[in-house]
Amino acid sequence: MVSTAVARRSTLPGFGLTMGLTLTWLSVIILIPLAALFLKTFELSLDQFWGIVTSRRTLNALKISFGLSFAAACVNLVMGTIIVWALVRYRFPGRRLFDAIVDIPFALPTAVAGVALTQLFAQKGWLGAPLAELGIKVAFTPIGIFIAMIFIGIPFVVRTVQPVLIDLDPEIEEAAASLGANRWHTVFRVILPSLIPALLTGFALAFARAIGEYGSVIFIAGNLPNVSEIAPLLIVIRLSEFRYADATAIAVVMLVASFLIIFLINRLQRWAQARIPVH
Amino acid sequence: MSMQTGLVTSTPQLRTYAPTTDVSVAAPAPRLEIVRAEPVTARRDPRTEPGPIRLVIIALAITFLSVFVVLPLVVVFASAFSKGVVAYFAALAEPEALAAIKLTLLVAAISVTVNLVFGVIAAWAISKFEFTGKTFLITLIDLPFSVSPVISGLVFVLLFGAQGYFGPWLQAHNVHILFAVPGIALATIFVTFPFVARALIPLMQEQGTQEEEAAISLGASGLQTFFRVTLPNIKWGLLYGVLLCNARAMGEFGAVSVVSGHIRGETNTMPLLVEILYNEYQFVASFAIASLLAMLALITLVAKTILERRLDEAEVPDGD
Repeated sequence: MVSTAVARRSTLPGFGLTMGLTLTWLSVIILIPLAALFLKTFELSLDQFWGIVTSRRTLNALKISFGLSFAAACVNLVMGTIIVWALVRYRFPGRRLFDAIVDIPFALPTAVAGVALTQLFAQKGWLGAPLAELGIKVAFTPIGIFIAMIFIGIPFVVRTVQPVLIDLDPEIEEAAASLGANRWHTVFRVILPSLIPALLTGFALAFARAIGEYGSVIFIAGNLPNVSEIAPLLIVIRLSEFRYADATAIAVVMLVASFLIIFLINRLQRWAQARIPVH
Repeated sequence: MSMQTGLVTSTPQLRTYAPTTDVSVAAPAPRLEIVRAEPVTARRDPRTEPGPIRLVIIALAITFLSVFVVLPLVVVFASAFSKGVVAYFAALAEPEALAAIKLTLLVAAISVTVNLVFGVIAAWAISKFEFTGKTFLITLIDLPFSVSPVISGLVFVLLFGAQGYFGPWLQAHNVHILFAVPGIALATIFVTFPFVARALIPLMQEQGTQEEEAAISLGASGLQTFFRVTLPNIKWGLLYGVLLCNARAMGEFGAVSVVSGHIRGETNTMPLLVEILYNEYQFVASFAIASLLAMLALITLVAKTILERRLDEAEVPDGD
């Protein structure tokens, strides 16, 4: 088989075949199912769609999901920066172990994380009990959702910023120092600004993940409508009530939001690329 | 994002080759060896902070990771063994538990195989040829990473459910997709779709086409070239993708939960059984199953770390 005209400058075979298979399978598994979601939404009139999305319960679920995800991503941004700084810049016992530990929220199945966090923060749990004595109830409240979202998001900031901080040219810092900048100025005026694209990308990834997160949140959330009910759970509830239209409308809002975040991340990466001098 | 950043850390031109939105992959640790190899000149170095600040930062990092990441993991095992070893193994020997383990292994085997084949094919097309729209195609392959697991399940309900587009036809022909193994497998294939392709594309792009072109010009067929030249070069990357794909396939909860129907002993995977048992206050049983999944996660992390080292070593002779 000869490569098609599209495959320029390559004498390797199989472009037509592999590209055809790729596009077919991509369409069958990803594109057609996602299209079905939008198609289903078009069966609704605009008024119906708007009615569902702006109903009190949906609106509250969306607010809880987006608001807490944003707050959790902010915590991840700050704590992620501190963790990545410690891991890259300092040497301490157990550093490599803690570096590996950062990946656990990625690797641990979400349902396992969910039951574990609930057990940990429940009223009789290892952390829940002391917190309850202080009058803070975490499990089955929005704080629980917030905690679960922090757990799930932390690797994104660390793993996005880590390679950039490692690759950062030491000469920049040395130059700043030799020009008389104190350490504080060097960190906040020289190093952090060059990490901004990576930090924002990590933030956006953590934010996006938290919005869609289901397994690690629903156990600890309490799932009280309008109070601690996240949008993905509301989709599941609507489905179990056979209210497909409602489920679909909420899903479309969430999907569009995550597409916007992808778009934003793409922009960020291009911006980052433009800032990095060519090697 | 994360997986890709890690895989190609050593090649600056590739690290940013395409924006990705992988929001679920375990990211490889960057090349710590290199960092460690640099002489530690902390004391006189203008590139570090005063001692007390360093201590505070390290303490914050360790405390945060211990409380938020290590402790939940410890709770899983502590709860699983809270009534002793006998209760633990008794819980795992329950028919329901065994059925869930079997189903999980079956679904993972199906979805890993399917995604392995697709991943290799897609990576060949994307990395060995030039064409317009390549970045867009990669973005499409990445889509499942940015879709909520619940939505990943929902789309299949909309297609195959009783009120779905193909629902009436399926019912008329007595084909069961939803609330049965095919639906669970489809949802799992959807969420694990990008893993293998994502692990291979940067690696194969970096390796270029010279070796394959040489093989072809010496008279090898396309398949011979792939199996004798390409495959040996990408075997660690391939294994890496399969590893992450498998971990996610076995652990997937949201998507599977939507399409499974929770039929006891039939359509419950391990994560779903964790949920059911937990909601029934059977904590030991729930955490016993959860501990198996947690061990899977830990083994995956260790294997991943080893593979990353292999991948890094494989890159060194190419000049770095």
